Amino acid sequence: MPTKPDLIDVRDLSVHFGLRGGTLGRLVGRDAGVVRAVDGISVTLREGEVLGLVGESGSGKSTFGRALLGLAPATSGTIGFDGADLTSMSRSELRALRQSIQMVFQDPSAALNPSMTVAEAVGDALRVHGMKSSVERRERVVEALERVGLSPVQLFLDKYPRDLSGGQKQRVVLARAIVMGPRVLVADEPISMLDMSVRAKILQLMLDLKQDLGLSYVYITHDLASAKFFCDRIAIMYLGRIVEIGDTEEIFANPRHPYTKALLRAAPDPDPARAVAKDLPRGEVPDAAVPPLGCSFHPRCPEAVAQCGWEARDLRTLLETHWTRRTPEEYDAESAAVGSLDALARPDTSVHVGRGGADAVRSILDRIRDEEPDEPLWRGVADVTDDGAGVRVDFHPGVDPALRRAGGVDVACVLYPDDSPDDSAGG
Amino acid sequence: MAALRRVLRALATPFTQTAGLGRWMLVIGLVITGIFVLLAIFAPWIAPYGFAQASADGVDFPKAGAPSGEHWFGTDRLLFDVMSRTIWGARTAIEVVILSILICVVIGVPLGLVSGYYGGWLDRVLLLVMDALFAFPSFLLAIVFSFLLTDLFGGSVLAVAMSLSAIYIPQYYRVVRNTTVSAKEATYVEAARAIGAKDGVIMRRYLFGNVIQSVPVIGTLNAADAILTLAGLGFLGLGIQSTDAAEWGHDLNRALADAGAGVWWTGLYPGLAIVLLVTGLTLVGEGLNETLNPTLRKRRLLPVVMTTREDR
Repeated sequence: MPTKPDLIDVRDLSVHFGLRGGTLGRLVGRDAGVVRAVDGISVTLREGEVLGLVGESGSGKSTFGRALLGLAPATSGTIGFDGADLTSMSRSELRALRQSIQMVFQDPSAALNPSMTVAEAVGDALRVHGMKSSVERRERVVEALERVGLSPVQLFLDKYPRDLSGGQKQRVVLARAIVMGPRVLVADEPISMLDMSVRAKILQLMLDLKQDLGLSYVYITHDLASAKFFCDRIAIMYLGRIVEIGDTEEIFANPRHPYTKALLRAAPDPDPARAVAKDLPRGEVPDAAVPPLGCSFHPRCPEAVAQCGWEARDLRTLLETHWTRRTPEEYDAESAAVGSLDALARPDTSVHVGRGGADAVRSILDRIRDEEPDEPLWRGVADVTDDGAGVRVDFHPGVDPALRRAGGVDVACVLYPDDSPDDSAGG
Repeated sequence: MAALRRVLRALATPFTQTAGLGRWMLVIGLVITGIFVLLAIFAPWIAPYGFAQASADGVDFPKAGAPSGEHWFGTDRLLFDVMSRTIWGARTAIEVVILSILICVVIGVPLGLVSGYYGGWLDRVLLLVMDALFAFPSFLLAIVFSFLLTDLFGGSVLAVAMSLSAIYIPQYYRVVRNTTVSAKEATYVEAARAIGAKDGVIMRRYLFGNVIQSVPVIGTLNAADAILTLAGLGFLGLGIQSTDAAEWGHDLNRALADAGAGVWWTGLYPGLAIVLLVTGLTLVGEGLNETLNPTLRKRRLLPVVMTTREDR
C-alpha cells in the first residue's frame, strides 16, 4: 500500500474527566477519582484516508473525536496537525484551526440551532471566521448546499431545521462542515440516527465529498457493517484504548484480538442457519473510573490466560454469578461461609476470602470450579492457601499489553507475543 | 416582504394557537391595554386640558367642582381637571412601565445568559445577589430604590422606572439563566464551538434566540405588577410630583381627604384607571402564558370511542 503523508499524528493521547462524587464529596471538595475516557492512544490519520474508530458505547471513541477538535481537553499526549501540536494551542488558535478540522454530529436534529435558517446555520461557519460580506457568504452557502445534494437550493435556504427530514438535516450539517473547506472531517456516528433508507445515501455522499474535496475522515461508529463499507483502516477501541488497528480487509478477514472477534460475531447475520453460534462477550463494559488490571478486556474475554491481569473483583463477579444459580438455602449456607464480599471490591492480586473456615471456603471454590472448569479465571489463580478463617487467593501478576505487530495489523493482546518490536515502529 | 409576513404570522400565533378561555383572555386584555396605550400616545389631543392646568381663557376652574359638561370627571382641590389628569396619567404609567421593562430586559437577560453560560463563581455570586433581592419584600425594595434614585435623578419618570426595574430584574435573570443552563448542553452549542465560534457569538446567535421565549410572558405579567407598584409609590408621595406629570397613585393620595367630604370623583377615576389597566395587562400575560407555555396549553382531545363488544 502506498504510504501517504500523515495528516494527524496522535501520540499517547489521554483525556481524563474528574468525577465529582456525591453531594458531601462535592461540598468538601473531595476528589472522587477520574474516568479515563481516552487512555493513551497513538494513531495516525493519513492524507485522503478514512480511519474508522469502532467500539461499544463507553469505549471513548466520541471523546477521542472531540479531542481531535480540541473540544475535549487532552490530559496528556500530543495531537500533531500540520506540524503543530493541538493540545498546546490557545483558544483562538484552536478556533482558527477549526477551518481545517470539522465535525459531523450524530443527531442532526440536535446539531442545528432551531432558531436559525439553513442559510444562516451554514453561513454562520463563514461568519465566525470573519467573512463579513453577506453576498459572498450566500454564494459559498449555495455552493456548499449544492454539493451536499440539497437542490434546488432556493427551496432550502430559508427553511428552519424543523421543516426538514432527518436526511436533509444531516446534509445541512455536512454542508456546514465543508463550507470552510476543511481537510479533515470527524464524523461521530453520522448515520446512526437516520432511517435505513437514507444511511447509504449519506455514506455515498460522504465518499463523493472525499473524492471531490480531497477530505480525510475519522469515522466513529459502533456499526461494523458501515465501517467495512466506508473505512480504509479500522481501529477497534475498548475502554479508552485501541486494542486492534489495521486495514479493513485484514481486520474483517482475520480478527486477532478476542474483542474484535466478539464484535464481529455479535454483528447480526442474515443467514438464519448461522445465527446460533454467538458467544457474545459476557457482562458489561467495566467502570472506566477503576478499569480492570492488566488487559481491560480480560473479565469478558473467552480466551484469557494466566497473565491477563486477574484480580479480586473478577472473583467477586464469579461468586455472584454462581449464586444467581443457587437456591436460597444453598445461597444462605455458602454466603455464610464466604462472608462479606466487600473485601473483593478493590483491584488486588492477593485477597483474603471467607470467615467460615478454610475448608468450607475451599470446598465452595472447588465446587464452582468443577461446575465450569473452562472458566478463564482459574487460569489466573496462582495459589490458594489457608489463611485464618478463610483462604488467601493469589493471582498471577497481570501484564498490560501494548499494541504490537501481529500479521498485517497491530493488536494489544498477550496472545500475540511481542516478538518484533522494530517492525511496529515502521507502521 | 417575506420577513414582514413572517413577523405578522408570528404576531398572530397567540390567536391561532389558542382556543376558548385563553383566547378570550388575550383578546379582552389586548383591547383594554390597547385603549390605554392609545390614550397615552394621543393624550395631548384627547385630554381636554393639560395635566397641571388650573384655568382656561383666564378663568379659574372651580375648586373640587362636581362633574359637569365643562369638566366631565369634575375638578380637584388644586383646580386640576380630573379627566385630563386621568388621561395624562395613562401616559406616565405606560412610559414608566415600558422603560422599566426595557431596563429589566437590557440588564437581566445578558446577566442571565452570561451567568448560565459560564457558570462557576460568577454564577454563584450573581445568584446570591439576585436571590437576596428576590427575598426582600418587593415594595420595600422599590421604596428604598426610589429614595436613592430620586436623590440622583430628581422625581423623574426615569428614576421611578429604574427603581421598579430593580425589583423585577431578578425574575428575568432567573428565567434566562435557568434556560441557558439547560440550553448550553445542547449539541448545537457544541456544534457552534466546533465551527470555531467565540463564546460571545454562541451566546448572541445560538443561545439568545432560544432562551428569550419566556421573556414576553414575564414582561406582561410584570407590567401589571409594575403599575400597582408605581401607584403605590405615588400614593406614598415618592416618585413623580403632580406638577411634573399626572400620576394616578399621587392623585389617589390627594383624593384621600376628599372622600370624607363627599367628593367622590377625584378618587374614583384614577382608581378605576389603575384597576382597568392592571386587569388588561394581567389578562394579556395569562393569555400569552397559556399560549406560549406548553405545560399549560390545553389541547383538545377527542373522546376515544370503542366499538361495542359482542356478547358471547
